[in-house]
Amino acid sequence: MSEPAGSATSSHTAWRRRADVAFQALALLILLLALAALGALIWDVLADGTGRLSWDFLTSFSSRRAERAGIWHALTGSIFVIALTAAIAVPIGIGTAIHLEEYGSRNLVSRIIEINITNLASVPSIIYGLLGLGLFVRTLGMGRSVLAGASTLALLVLPVVILSTREALRAVPGSLREGSYALGATKWQTIWHQVLPVALPGILTGFILALSRAIGETAPLITIGAVTFVSFAPDSIWSPFTVLPIQVFDWVRRPQPEFHDNAAAGIVVLLGLLLSMNAAAIWLRDRFQTRGLR
Amino acid sequence: MSSAARPPLASLGHLAARRSDTPEAPEGTPKIDVESMSFYYGDKRALHDISVRIRPNVVTAFIGPSGCGKSTFLRSLNRMNDIIQGTRVEGRIRIDNVDIYKPGLDVVQLRRRVGMVFQKSNPFPKSIFENIAYGLRINGMAGSSSELAGRVEESLKQAALWDEVKDRLHESALAMSGGQQQRLCIARALAVRPDILLMDEPASALDPIATQRIEELIYDLKKTYTIVIVTHNMQQAARVSDHTAFFWLGRLVEFDRTEKIFTAPAEKLTEDYVTGRFG
Repeated sequence: MSEPAGSATSSHTAWRRRADVAFQALALLILLLALAALGALIWDVLADGTGRLSWDFLTSFSSRRAERAGIWHALTGSIFVIALTAAIAVPIGIGTAIHLEEYGSRNLVSRIIEINITNLASVPSIIYGLLGLGLFVRTLGMGRSVLAGASTLALLVLPVVILSTREALRAVPGSLREGSYALGATKWQTIWHQVLPVALPGILTGFILALSRAIGETAPLITIGAVTFVSFAPDSIWSPFTVLPIQVFDWVRRPQPEFHDNAAAGIVVLLGLLLSMNAAAIWLRDRFQTRGLR
Repeated sequence: MSSAARPPLASLGHLAARRSDTPEAPEGTPKIDVESMSFYYGDKRALHDISVRIRPNVVTAFIGPSGCGKSTFLRSLNRMNDIIQGTRVEGRIRIDNVDIYKPGLDVVQLRRRVGMVFQKSNPFPKSIFENIAYGLRINGMAGSSSELAGRVEESLKQAALWDEVKDRLHESALAMSGGQQQRLCIARALAVRPDILLMDEPASALDPIATQRIEELIYDLKKTYTIVIVTHNMQQAARVSDHTAFFWLGRLVEFDRTEKIFTAPAEKLTEDYVTGRFG
């Protein structure tokens, strides 16, 4: 080994090490930028909104006077719609995914269905709104009801639920299925007792993502005719309704600055609802994850 | 060396002719009777015209190099290959004189009677107790909880695991050692009271001491069960089995008493394999 060759190698090593450090610094910078943007957003909303946040704000109905306006109707509307969306989308989504993954055979029809589901997951939400308007509101005569809104949102999140459930089912090791079949279990017993419990944390993660998307949706619900000014909480699946994002949208576009503070407070409530939903789902997931080990 | 490692295929041509002159064939009724069985993965033929008679309450070992079809054959005996799409069986496999591939046969019932232990131990992610109880519950074999507990204990004792786990039955099975997990899988298979136990390289992932325990267990179990074991390990085949079948390239080359296979095989190919000249 001659001297120059050795030094060339070591300078190359030093260059590679510097590049490594530089790249790490760049990644960190980008992360901080993203966090700063998010932090500024939350700070701005909190600064504007916390002044208006109170028990009265949560439990009052909409009003023409900003200081008396509350969010009760939109909060209950959101919870009602999301609960009904989950009730519709979860059984249909799991059932579809189980059929496609466990029972369906790999043929042309199943491949076409798969491609379609993947594409449906990326269709703009307004399209689902138009579908909901035509199908649920008009053809099926549901009117501008909670049921029509929840059905529309269920259609919207179904592809995500189906795809994530399939991923979770696929991640269950084949050795577990074989072990169950080898004991004389039927397909259904194997799916119910072995596959689903193992896949459940993954399935729940999919639901979190899907319902988090649904709770923030505005466009499809405006399309099907969710009202922007209501002075009552929905009391049945046939009630007209509004949801938090629509209420926020309604306040933001008013000229009076007091309503803008209401909008900020509404966003804080929406964030709070979203976070508590996610927390509940994570708690459930961890419970199921450890259940098998007790 | 290389000519010994890859004998020409033509030398196998005569094998089909001498398939039924195995010494144990005439003695009594076979437990498993396989007649000109061929197996296909799609268009690929993995097993060629296998005929073999496996007798009750003996240990039969399948040996052969990787990819020779011995595991595929084992998995045909409880129709585990049905799970894989595009597989096909020709010929006939009878267990206790019933064709297990006949239309309308209850595969679920077949698999309860023909238990299986896999190469990689696959306990369910549940407690030790629940691992055993699962098979009893799904087959509706335990009426009361005391009966269930009794059957779980009995199975664990049969698999020589009871003393090690009796104080932690409700802890996760995944916390056990590899050897214990494999014995749990054996106990799980025994719990549903099969007649036949299929073992697919049950000790290949275990250390020598755990392997020895499994082998002792196999020796004890053959009093009650008909055992078929696939193994890579020729010493293991020689130690645990009464009869040995040698597979090569999807064909059954020779089937005889184990000591004959290892000391005076009829086929040159078998001799080359058991003496370690290839494989």
